[in-house]
Amino acid sequence: MTDSVLEPKTRDNELDRPLLEAALTETWKTPSGFWNTLSTVDHKIIGKRYIFTAFVFLALGGILAGLMRVQLAQPEARLLSADRYNQIFTMHGANMMFLFAVPVMEAVAIYLVPLMVGTRNIAFPRLNAFSYWIYLAGGLLLWIAFALDMGPDVGWFAYVPLSGPQYGAGKRADIWAQMITFTELSALAVSVELVVTIFKQRAPGMSLDRIPLFAWAMLVTSFLVIMAMPAIMVASTSLILDRLVGTHLFNPVEGGDALLWQHLFWFFGHPEVYIIFLPAAGMVSTILPTFTGRPVFGYLALVMALVATGVLSFGLWVHHMFVTGLPRLGASFFTASSTAIAIPAGIQIFCWLATLWDGKPVFKTPLLFVIGFIVTFVIGGLTGVMVASVPLDTQVHDTYFVVAHFHYVLVGGAVFPLLGAIYYWLPKITGRMMSERLGRWVFGLIFTGFNLTFFPMHILGLEGMPRRIYTYQPDLPWHGLNVFVSASSLVLIAGFLLFFFEAIRSARQGLPAGPNPWNAPTLEWATSSPPPSYNFPRLPVVNGLYPLWEQPTELFVAGGLRVDRRELVVTSMAAAEPEAREASPRNSIWPLWAALATTVTLIWSIFSPWAVVWGPIPVAITLIGWFWPKGTPEDES
Amino acid sequence: MPNYVRLLPPLSCLLLASCSGWQSALNAHGTSAVNLKQLIILIVALCSLVWMLVMVALIGALWRRRPERILPTELDPRRERRMSSAVIAATIAMTAVIGGFTVASFFTTRALGVAGPDDLTVKVGGSQWWWNIEYLNPQSDKSFRTANEIHIPVGRNVRFQLEGDDVIHSFWVPSLAGKQDLIPGRSNELTIRAEHAGIYRGQCAEFCGLQHAHMAFLVIAEPQETFANWVETQRQHADDPPDEERAAGRDAFIAKACASCHTIRGTSASARPVPISHMSAAANTLLLACSKPPVARSRPGSPIRKH
Amino acid sequence: MKERVAVDLSRLPLHGMGRASVTWWGTASFMLIEGTGFALVVAVYIYLMSLAPTWPIDVPPPDLLPGTIVTLILIVSLVPNYLTTRWAERQDLRKVRIGMVVMSLFGIAPLIVRIFEFPALRVSWDTNAYGSIVWILLGLHTTHIITDLVDTFVLAALMFSRHGQNRRRFGDVEDNTMYWNFVVATWIPIYGCIYWIPRL
Repeated sequence: MTDSVLEPKTRDNELDRPLLEAALTETWKTPSGFWNTLSTVDHKIIGKRYIFTAFVFLALGGILAGLMRVQLAQPEARLLSADRYNQIFTMHGANMMFLFAVPVMEAVAIYLVPLMVGTRNIAFPRLNAFSYWIYLAGGLLLWIAFALDMGPDVGWFAYVPLSGPQYGAGKRADIWAQMITFTELSALAVSVELVVTIFKQRAPGMSLDRIPLFAWAMLVTSFLVIMAMPAIMVASTSLILDRLVGTHLFNPVEGGDALLWQHLFWFFGHPEVYIIFLPAAGMVSTILPTFTGRPVFGYLALVMALVATGVLSFGLWVHHMFVTGLPRLGASFFTASSTAIAIPAGIQIFCWLATLWDGKPVFKTPLLFVIGFIVTFVIGGLTGVMVASVPLDTQVHDTYFVVAHFHYVLVGGAVFPLLGAIYYWLPKITGRMMSERLGRWVFGLIFTGFNLTFFPMHILGLEGMPRRIYTYQPDLPWHGLNVFVSASSLVLIAGFLLFFFEAIRSARQGLPAGPNPWNAPTLEWATSSPPPSYNFPRLPVVNGLYPLWEQPTELFVAGGLRVDRRELVVTSMAAAEPEAREASPRNSIWPLWAALATTVTLIWSIFSPWAVVWGPIPVAITLIGWFWPKGTPEDES
Repeated sequence: MPNYVRLLPPLSCLLLASCSGWQSALNAHGTSAVNLKQLIILIVALCSLVWMLVMVALIGALWRRRPERILPTELDPRRERRMSSAVIAATIAMTAVIGGFTVASFFTTRALGVAGPDDLTVKVGGSQWWWNIEYLNPQSDKSFRTANEIHIPVGRNVRFQLEGDDVIHSFWVPSLAGKQDLIPGRSNELTIRAEHAGIYRGQCAEFCGLQHAHMAFLVIAEPQETFANWVETQRQHADDPPDEERAAGRDAFIAKACASCHTIRGTSASARPVPISHMSAAANTLLLACSKPPVARSRPGSPIRKH
Repeated sequence: MKERVAVDLSRLPLHGMGRASVTWWGTASFMLIEGTGFALVVAVYIYLMSLAPTWPIDVPPPDLLPGTIVTLILIVSLVPNYLTTRWAERQDLRKVRIGMVVMSLFGIAPLIVRIFEFPALRVSWDTNAYGSIVWILLGLHTTHIITDLVDTFVLAALMFSRHGQNRRRFGDVEDNTMYWNFVVATWIPIYGCIYWIPRL
C-alpha cells in the first residue's frame, strides 16, 4: 500500500477518537458473511466459539452421566446393556476430560488473556483458528463414532492389554487414541500462543510482578501442557502402532510391558488435572479482589504456589499405580510427593481466606461460586491426601471413593470457579448482565445437588462398590445409597439446565453491562463490553497490579501505532519495555484448509498406515498457502 | 459323602447375617483390613476436623464486621503483617499434619504383613471374567483347581500369587485386605490372614471388559480342620452319579457344549477353564461366575438338571 | 474514561529480530515440545531395556556404518548453518540465498543415507519391543528432518522470490537455522541410544 500525495494520518496519536475507532475497525474487523466467519483470526470470536463448543460437550457428558445414574439406581437393572454402559462411562470420562475440562479453560484464556495483558490479539492468531477446528474435529470424531456404536469402551484411560490389539476388538480404541491426538494438538497449539502472548505481548510497564494472577495461572498451565502432553502423544501413538502395524511396546510376550502404558499415561494424566485446576485457581484469585474490594492477599505467595504446584505435579504420577505391585519404597516416595502438593494448594486457600477476611464481601453470584469452591474443593483435597497413602489406597483404589474424590476436586475445584467466572465475564463478552436472582438459584441447585450426589459415593466405596460396573447384585448393601445418589443428580441436572437457559437468555435480553459493571481493577474492564475487534483504541500502559483502581479517572496509554495495518507492541520479558511493533496477521482461510487436511490424515491413519505417507502432502500444501506472504501491509518491515 | 450338606443350614444363617457387610472395608475381619480400617478412621476424623476449622475461618471471614475501606488499594501494613503471620502459622500447622499423616501411612505399610515362602500358597489367575484358583502342591497329583471360590484356614498367613492371564484384573476382598492387580507378564503377591471364620466376598477391581461387573469370588475362612477336610475333598474326583437320572445328566453334560468350558474331575469333561467339580452351595446360589447363567448344579449328591 | 499518552511507540522498528520477535519464541516453544517428546521416547527405550534379560532382544546391535555417516553429515552441516545465520543477521540476500540452497542439500543427504540406515538396524519393528522402539526413535527423528527440510525448501524459494528482501524473511531464516541446530542436537543422544547403548 503506498501513501497518497496528501499523506493520510496513519498513526493512532494523530487521529481523534471517532476517526481512530473507525480506522481501527476497518483494519481489524471480521466482515460478515460465511467465508469471512470461517476466516476470522480474532481471538474473541474464536474464544467464544471454543467456550460455546466446550459447554455443548459438557451438556452431552451430563446426559451420559444421567443415563448411568438411572441404570445404577436399581440392582441388576437392564436399561443399558453391559456393552452400552461400558461405552457410556468411557465416553463420559474421555469427553469431560479431553473435550470439556481442558478446552474450556483454554477457551476462557484465549478470550481473556490478550485483553488482560493489554494487547490487540493473541500471538499466532491463525494457529489459534487452526486449533479450534482441530478441537472440533476431534470432538466430532469421538461422538460420531459413539453414535455409530463404535465408541471406545475401554475406560477413559484405556489400559492395555484391554485396549491392545489382542483384546480391543474393532476400531474403538483407535478412535479413542486418535481423538487424543486431535485434542492434544489443539491444546499444545493454544499453549504456545499463550506462552508467547504472556511473555512478549504485555502492555508496557506490566513487569512480571504486575501480571494478573489469571495470566500467571495460564502461563504455568501452558508449560504443563507443553511438558506433559508429549507423554500421552507417545502413548496413544504407540497404542495405534501396536494395533495397526504390529509393534510390541505393550506386549509382555515380546519384551514390551503393560505397565509402560500406565507410566506414560499417568505421567501426562497427573499434570492434566492441574492443567484443569490451575486456571480455576487463577479465576478465583481474579474474582476475589473485585468482590471483596481489596487486592488479593499474598500475590507473591500465590504466584509461587502456582509454580510449585506445576513443578510438583510431575512427581506424583505413580500414585495412580499403587496397586500394580511396584516396590514399596518407590511407592512410598510418591505418597510423600502426593501429600506435599497439598501444601501449595493450602497456601492458596489461606491467602484467599485472608482476602475475604480483610475485604468486604459483595455477595453476588461470582462470589457465591467462589465460596462453594472453597467448601467443596477442600473436601476433595483432603480425600486426595487420603488416597495418597499407599495402604489406604489399596482399599479405595478403583472404588466409588475415588469417583467421589475426583468429582469433588474437578467439579468443586474447577467447575465452580468456572461458573463463577462465566457470571463474572459473560457481561464483558456479551455486553449484557445475567440475572442475579436466577444466579442464586443456579448456585443453590448446583451446590446442593452436587454434594448430595457425590458425598455418599465416599461411603459406597468404603462399603466395597467398585468403579465401572454396569450393575450390582441385590444382596450387596448399595441399593439405598445408589437410589439417593441418582435422585440427587436430578437436582444437579436442574441447576445446570437453569444455568444454560439463563446464559442464553441474558446474552440476548440482559440489561446492558457497560464497560465495568463490577468496578473491577484489571485491563479487560478498561474497554467496552463487548470489546471492539481491536480490543483497545490505544494500548494501555500500566504501573501497578490493579490499573483501574490505581488510575480510576485517567488511563495511561501508548501512542504511535499505525492504524492502517494490524499492529501491536512486543515488549521485553521481565520489565515489559517496548521492543518492536509487531504485525498481527489478517484473516485467512488457510487455517481451516490445513485443519481439514490434518483431520483427513489423522482419521485415515486409524485405518491404514499409508495415511502417514500420503496424508502429509495436502497438509504441506495448505501450510505453504498459510505462510506464503500475501503482500499485505503486515508484511512490511 | 462330604459334610457340605450338613453344614448348609448353619452356613446360610451365617451368610444371611453377614450378607450386607461381606464385601466392605468397614467390616474388617482380616489382619490387613483391620489395620487399614484403623488408618481410615484416624484420617477421616482428622480430615473432618481440618475441614471444620477451614469452614469456621470461612464463615468468620464472611460475617465479621470490618471498617470501611475508602480506596481499594489502601492497605493497613499492620493488618497485612498480622495476616501474614496467620497464613504462615496455618501453613506450618498444615505441613505438620500432612507430615504426620505421611508417617502414619508409612507405619501402616510396614504393618501389612508379608508371608514367607513356607506359608500356604495359592495361585490366582485372572481371566475374562472368572478367577482361576490353584492350590499347588509339590506332588502334582495333590494340586487342584477351583473357580471363583477360595478356602483358607483362619489365623494363618496365606500367600496369594497373582498372575493376569489376559488383561489386567484386580484381586480385592475388602473385608480381609486391600487389593492388588493381576498384570499379564508380571507376578504380584498379596498376603491375607483372616482373623475370624466366615464367608467374604471379593470382586475384580480393575475394568477388564464386558462382564467386569460380574467377576466376583468368595473367600471362605474356616478352622484348620475344616479346611484340611475341604482340601482332601477337592483332591478327589467327583462321585459317580448314584442313580439313572443323574447318570443321564452326566452323559448330557459331557455330550453337549457344557464340557467345552466346565471341568468335572474324574470325568471326560476336562476343558481347562472354570472347574465345577465341587461347587459349593454358597458359590452355587450366590454367584454369577460368568455371563452364562449357572447351569449344572453339580453339588455332590444333588441331581444335575436336564437340558 | 480519559486517556493520557504516556509512551511513544512510533520510533520502534516494524519487526523485531531474535528474542524480540514472536516467531523466535514460537520456534523455541516447539523445540521444547519436541525435545520433551524425544526425551520421553529415550526414557521408554531405557525402561524397556531395564526389563529385558538381554538387550538387544534376540538380535545383534545395529550396524554402525549408515548411522555414523548420518551423524557426520549432520555435524558438518552445522558449519554452513552457522554461516547462514550470520549472513541473515547481516541481511545479505545473495549469501543467504546460497546458504539456503546449501542447507537444503544438507537436509536431503542424511535422508538418502537413512534409507540404508533402517535396514541396518537388523531388526523389524514388529519383531519385538526392542525392534519397535528403535524404529520409533529413528522414525521420529526422520520425521523431524523431513518437516524441517520442507520448511527449508519453502524458505529458500521465498528468498529467491520478490518477498526475499525483507527483514521479516531474514528473521525467518534465523529461526530456521536455529531449528536445524536443534535437529542436529537431538540426533546425538538418539544416535548414542540406538547404536552405543546396546554395545555397552
